[in-house]
Amino acid sequence: MEAHDFETGHKPTWCPGCGNYGIWQSLKNAFVKLNTSQEEIVVVYGIGCHGNMANFLNVYGVGSLHGRSIPVACGVKMANHRLKVVVIVGDGDTYGEGVNHLLSAARGNHDITVIVHNNEIYGLTTGQASPTSEKGTKTKSTPLGVIEEPLNPLATAIISGASFVSRGFAGDTDALRDLICAGIEHSGFSLIDVLQPCLTFEKVHNFDFLREKIYKLEKAEKDKEAAIKKTFEWSEKIPVGVFYQEEKPAFTDQLPQLKEDTLVEKPLKDIKIDELLKEFI
Amino acid sequence: MVALLQNPFKANGRKIKINDLNLKIGGEAGFGIMASGLIFAKAVNRAGLSTFGYVEYPSLVRGGHNTYQIKVTSKPYFAPEKQVDLLIALNKNTVDVDGANLGPFSGVIFNDEEFKLESSEFEKKNVFLYPVPLEKIATEVGGGKLVVNTVALGAALALVGLDFQYLSSVLTNTFRQKGEQVVNLNIKSARGGYDYVREKYADHFSFKLEKLDGPPKFVMSGNEAIALGAIAAGCKMYVSYPMTPSSSILHYLADHQLKADMIVKHCADEIEAIDMAIGGSFAGVRTAVGTSGGGFALMAESYGLAGILETPLVVINVQRPGPATGMPTWTGQPDLDFVMYAGQDEFPKIIIAPGDPAGAFYGTAQAFNLAAEYQTTVMILSDKFLGESIYGTEEFDTNKIKIEEGGILSESELLNTENYKRYEFTETGVSPRSLPGQKSGKYVANSYEHDEFGFVSEDPDNRVSMMTKRMKKLVTASNGLPGPTLYGEVEAKITLVGWGSSKGPILKALDLLKQEGISANFLHFVYISPFPIEATAKILSSAKKTLICEGNYTGQLARLIREKTGIEIKRGLLKFDGRPFYPEEIAKAAKEAV
Repeated sequence: MEAHDFETGHKPTWCPGCGNYGIWQSLKNAFVKLNTSQEEIVVVYGIGCHGNMANFLNVYGVGSLHGRSIPVACGVKMANHRLKVVVIVGDGDTYGEGVNHLLSAARGNHDITVIVHNNEIYGLTTGQASPTSEKGTKTKSTPLGVIEEPLNPLATAIISGASFVSRGFAGDTDALRDLICAGIEHSGFSLIDVLQPCLTFEKVHNFDFLREKIYKLEKAEKDKEAAIKKTFEWSEKIPVGVFYQEEKPAFTDQLPQLKEDTLVEKPLKDIKIDELLKEFI
Repeated sequence: MVALLQNPFKANGRKIKINDLNLKIGGEAGFGIMASGLIFAKAVNRAGLSTFGYVEYPSLVRGGHNTYQIKVTSKPYFAPEKQVDLLIALNKNTVDVDGANLGPFSGVIFNDEEFKLESSEFEKKNVFLYPVPLEKIATEVGGGKLVVNTVALGAALALVGLDFQYLSSVLTNTFRQKGEQVVNLNIKSARGGYDYVREKYADHFSFKLEKLDGPPKFVMSGNEAIALGAIAAGCKMYVSYPMTPSSSILHYLADHQLKADMIVKHCADEIEAIDMAIGGSFAGVRTAVGTSGGGFALMAESYGLAGILETPLVVINVQRPGPATGMPTWTGQPDLDFVMYAGQDEFPKIIIAPGDPAGAFYGTAQAFNLAAEYQTTVMILSDKFLGESIYGTEEFDTNKIKIEEGGILSESELLNTENYKRYEFTETGVSPRSLPGQKSGKYVANSYEHDEFGFVSEDPDNRVSMMTKRMKKLVTASNGLPGPTLYGEVEAKITLVGWGSSKGPILKALDLLKQEGISANFLHFVYISPFPIEATAKILSSAKKTLICEGNYTGQLARLIREKTGIEIKRGLLKFDGRPFYPEEIAKAAKEAV
């Protein structure tokens, strides 16, 4: 398998220079590096610029609703836990509209890999503030400046029970490829928050700005408090890499129903309910 | 202790009423009213009789006024009755609230050591008091307050003259899991009440139950029938967020998930539930979600998602009065409009509104087949009345359930398909389906309007073709679905029209009208979408007079019938007080209309 085997032939519609290209490239390369076949992967997409990837990536896919990709992905994994399930979403998607799903999927340690295209802005709807926009940011929807504090997604994931919490950078596709591989190989809920510059609507956190600030973390913390402290580092220096990792059973590992086979393999023939009906006499 | 009462029938020469009794148990939440009612109903069914249990309770955990009424008859009778023949009053409030409904020669079982009732006042109305020291007996057998309800059950069984074994066998089955000690305690408690009444009031009560050799029946709620129908149909994933009055489906399935070899998931909210179910369905598992109107409101966006992705999905809506929180523990049929038109734009929706547990069981099983066959949403539209009433229903014939998996291609078929199109334009509107994991079946199930492969397309011609393809599925489905059922004689002075759970009360109303010499029939709608236009028009256009009976304010089915057939039903019995239809009020409305 090569990277182009994971392409449908539809040409990307993103703006030239968009950070999404780097994520797309890293994802295809990760699939190649993991030696996976196209049919064992399901990617669930949110709605936003990132979601257009549904047309470019040659695997089974679900283009879901804004904010609702994570539960769809959990459902796919519960139905067939042999599939590798990746979620391609945005910051508005995951940290705003559907943030409750982030919390509950992390709490359940559902074995899915959530890759958030975090550009601190709404791109597809032409430039409104996002949940990660910095306080004071002036946009079309917030001309007086954003009043809210930005969400700290990594800390939120850690306190919610996620077992793999990381940050990547769309401008370093080799490192991002490796991070995505690690996330997919990790058994349990993986969050990869990707710094993904939007050249059209967010002029501050561009590639140059980020390249200057980011540094790579040596290794993942095993202690939640230390990891959370690290997630607040966001000024002179911006850490990327795995902040927190923990080995613990994934959601589907804890279901006795799935010990022998996947849910989709359960036979539908000869279902007997006579035993159950006896209770009603 | 009271003196042995004189038998009123001996005194006035009237006959004893056999196998026709309306019993009501009342008390605070936490008194075990629901459990007691179910045990009594099962005992009576084991004696070959039929029962219909209707429960009322406020939305709280302790206190309030809870009742469970059981209509006992020799033949199935699925309707509540207002007039009470035997009242088990576990507190004074029960007498205050339900005393007014006591009919002639009825009786009241109560604990006169807890509260006093003036017997002369009741006897004026031919109501007889049967004081039983419930708590004293409960304490003597070592059970205390927890088994007061069981003592009362024993007392009631003795009063109506049924053999104790029917009750003891149900108690044994009910408490077996809790151990022999609990079984024995309950049997001793019931026996205490039973013996006390046998000794004090033998052959006094005017209503008697006699054993029949009827076929065995299931004592079951509509919600349980839905849960069992889902299991029988191969539902392997049920995802829900608790919401009265749908929660007992979740509870039943959660409790039996290992036996049924399925996953039952209580989600963080309804939106998560429906999206998780859509993911499971996309991956090839038969999935369902269950909720009530408010929860379904949250699901509405994803209802549309299932529609455009063409993933099969069964949605169960057990209605209650709204809007918003409304009256959580009461009944109504307020959501027909809402579910017919829920979701963005238009997509094919199948809606089934069963009328009783058998209909709910077979209808739910059918829903999974229809969802798979037409790759769209199928809703089971029930309500609190059907969902939580306890019917003595005929045994189900599980052989009738045949699982049809719909058009899922095998891997070899996919390998032999050049340029596989998941959303291929077809005559029926149904396109070939593949499942993730299958080679050569890759596609994107796209929330955006898409071409035959699933790729986004805003092309106007493609849009028209794709929209038409999806909507055509409803036309295809309509050819295989039954029209409304006409009960009673074809020629009648008046045709009653209703849908879903009002079936039992309306059928009983036909009996009442017949007794008064009024010929009436009943057109019952179960399959509401796709709407059976021709069958409806044929029957209603020849009806002499029509009366709609619906549990909502505006007559939603009546409007739908008018929209689809042009036929206007001018008379309506519209009920939106949270209470079910009573046969008497339907018969009265019909009489006024004739």
